[in-house]
Amino acid sequence: MTACPECGADITLHDDIEVGEIVDCATCGTELEITETAPPVLERAPELDEDWGE
Amino acid sequence: MSVKLGLLYSRIRKDEKLLLGELRDRGHTVEKIDVRDQQFGLRDSSVDVEGLDLVLDRCVATSRSKYTTQFFEAYDVPVVNSPAVADTCSDKVKTSLALEAADVPTPETTVAFTADAAMAAIEDFGYPVVLKPVVGSWGRLMARIEDEHAAEAILEHKATLGHYEHKVFYVQEFVEKPGRDIRVLTLDGEPVAGMVRAADHWITNANRGAETEAFEVTEEIADLSAAASEAVGGGLLGVDIMETGDGYTVHEVNHTVEYKALSDAVDVDVPAAVVDWLEQRADDATDSAAAAVA
Repeated sequence: MTACPECGADITLHDDIEVGEIVDCATCGTELEITETAPPVLERAPELDEDWGE
Repeated sequence: MSVKLGLLYSRIRKDEKLLLGELRDRGHTVEKIDVRDQQFGLRDSSVDVEGLDLVLDRCVATSRSKYTTQFFEAYDVPVVNSPAVADTCSDKVKTSLALEAADVPTPETTVAFTADAAMAAIEDFGYPVVLKPVVGSWGRLMARIEDEHAAEAILEHKATLGHYEHKVFYVQEFVEKPGRDIRVLTLDGEPVAGMVRAADHWITNANRGAETEAFEVTEEIADLSAAASEAVGGGLLGVDIMETGDGYTVHEVNHTVEYKALSDAVDVDVPAAVVDWLEQRADDATDSAAAAVA
């Protein structure tokens, strides 16, 4: 369990989290990036850029 | 053989997680390389490339994909997809030209550099007509233009508000597809699996909410996918195909192809097929390096 840096709500993470993975805060909807895994650290994820894609 | 693979990324999507899981399950070593943290010089970079058998580009940002692959190629580190493939696939003009040069059917397209010239091209096509950014994905900033009033407004907005790339007006015929298009994932031209993406909206990208379901890749579609792959230089690709009523047309080839929707839609183990191919590419790279030394 860790806290959303935007709204402070508790966020439950999977066991297999990866640095660079994006999770959504179920409370405020903010996209969060996992920047560390042990212990988990969450930061606001970068906004979508114009050249993103596949 | 155990592979040491460098994974270029700035965002770990479900696609990358599926791949990481498969690679680690097989005992391979993955060095995750967040390109946001790195610096790239002309002869080397801040990335420790020692012992890497292969680098896989999974950058979500096209600009990072294009440049990082060029740097790794310059450092003689094997990288997939190649920078040449990234350069072609990331640019709709280059993709259209590559497909046309290889006689792969692709929608009629005209490029113009001013709003007036683009308007003339649009009028030549007639309505509806499609205007796309030359760089972009996920259906962003694509316009289906129904009349001259909409055309004038969109062209004016692009010319006034847009980044300089939006002053390259990529005008394309509107293909009356049957509410769906086809995505085939290919590995050096060999189809792994296919799906259809259906939507009421004219844009049928999976990440725009299109419904997906498995599509059995026919011989004709397999041949078309292989030809499209070869046209842009091969590798791990997503070939997008529309049905025209009397045939098919290839409108896009994706070089950092997402496959989570495909994985969900088909019975094929897509990450396993991709890792099989990566193992082979790493083997080939090792053999080439050994031959160069000998």
